[in-house]
Amino acid sequence: MRHDHIISAKQLSRADIESVLDRAAEIAADPSAVADRHAGKLLGMLFFEPSTRTKMSFSAAMKRLGGDIVDMGPVDQSSVKKGESLADTVRVVEGYADALVMRHPLEGSAKMASDFVDVPLINAGDGAGQHPTQTLLDLHTIRESAGFDDLTVGIMGDLKYGRTVHSLAHALTTFDATQHFISPESLQLPRSVRYDLHETGASMREHTELDEVLPSLDVLYVTRIQRERFPDENEYREIAGEYQIDAETLEAASDDLVVMHPLPRVDEIAADVDETTHAHYFQQAHNGVPVRMALLDLILEGNA
Amino acid sequence: MTDDEELRVSKITEGTVIDHITGGQALNVLAILGIDGSRGEEVSVGMNVPSDRLGRKDIVKVEGRELSQDEVDVLSLIAPAATINIVRDYDVIEKHRVERPEQVVGVLECPNRNCITTKSEPVDSHFDVLDEGVRCAYCNTIIREGIADHIQVD
Ligand SMILES: [Zn+2]
Repeated sequence: MRHDHIISAKQLSRADIESVLDRAAEIAADPSAVADRHAGKLLGMLFFEPSTRTKMSFSAAMKRLGGDIVDMGPVDQSSVKKGESLADTVRVVEGYADALVMRHPLEGSAKMASDFVDVPLINAGDGAGQHPTQTLLDLHTIRESAGFDDLTVGIMGDLKYGRTVHSLAHALTTFDATQHFISPESLQLPRSVRYDLHETGASMREHTELDEVLPSLDVLYVTRIQRERFPDENEYREIAGEYQIDAETLEAASDDLVVMHPLPRVDEIAADVDETTHAHYFQQAHNGVPVRMALLDLILEGNA
Repeated sequence: MTDDEELRVSKITEGTVIDHITGGQALNVLAILGIDGSRGEEVSVGMNVPSDRLGRKDIVKVEGRELSQDEVDVLSLIAPAATINIVRDYDVIEKHRVERPEQVVGVLECPNRNCITTKSEPVDSHFDVLDEGVRCAYCNTIIREGIADHIQVD
């Protein structure tokens, strides 16, 4: 794999994805083998909005490869606060690091930033846009639990604004998965994502209720429906309540159903699901480190 | 071409005549071309002129300026039937149609207010042209209808 920048899941071919996942599996099996692999290398962390978890996961990954991080710190203490453009910020910071990881509240920010730097830049989330490393760890989890053969995936919740959903849906098309999208009408997939899925000839259907598809699923990927998407509290409670699952809901599912969630969850997956064999979301979160190690390793190696 | 039309098209000495513009789009054509008269260009506009082919059409004539193919292709988004006549010495020396470009840079403004191209960054808007509509290369927002409403105004 040779990519300068990792901006969107769309840019990754099936072979690219598999090379990252294969490497992740190797690393997970023997982490000590790579413990000094990138000693002396620095990863620049540019988090323009807080995301403690993603940031910790990248830091852990870089340090477990023997490298270290340099962190811009919170935006309110940086030059950004003084009105510096993103283009300027990344051009300065690229001089400090061998690769950059960026999270930013605006869509297209990662693509734009990558136009201005020579070191590889990894998009760790751009507004409601893309989040390709989340997708890679999601795919890793799917491969380890359900496998990619003849795969049927249900993706439920906020499909309109959920960037993890957009990235995952793109990537699943390269594995010929059948996809079911389950959401309230007001939170269906945006036009641009639907357009891409149709372009690739993806097998997809949209639903407003989980019941009608649950028994056919190998994987159920749940995302949070946020309060701020609704004009009033009552409407939110009523609608969001229809997309919450508990152990009882899952009695209608296949025994092998894998339940995933990008976390943090609030009440969309009840705690009683944790005790069932369906719960894979904590393993999913743990997979973030080996997958990001694999990606960093491939990127730093390619640009050595 | 009728005599009447011939007359309208060839009335400039040197420059470009854009003919067969979709009726009512002439001012948008000028906006896309960045022509607002402030640089002293001699511009004449005919709107809703009867046309055999289009029913009603607009015509724009720009004296003293020969527009390049790249400049005019973007017009295909709002005036797909437009024809371009390059005039020298009262003669039409070149005549061609607009072709759909693959991308449009710096002409349209992304309607997504959360798109990086709408902020004060050193980046031009950039749209890929689809079979129907255009799509922001940065945030992926698709514009299908009313493309003229998204012409960038400086
Ligand atoms: Zn945009």
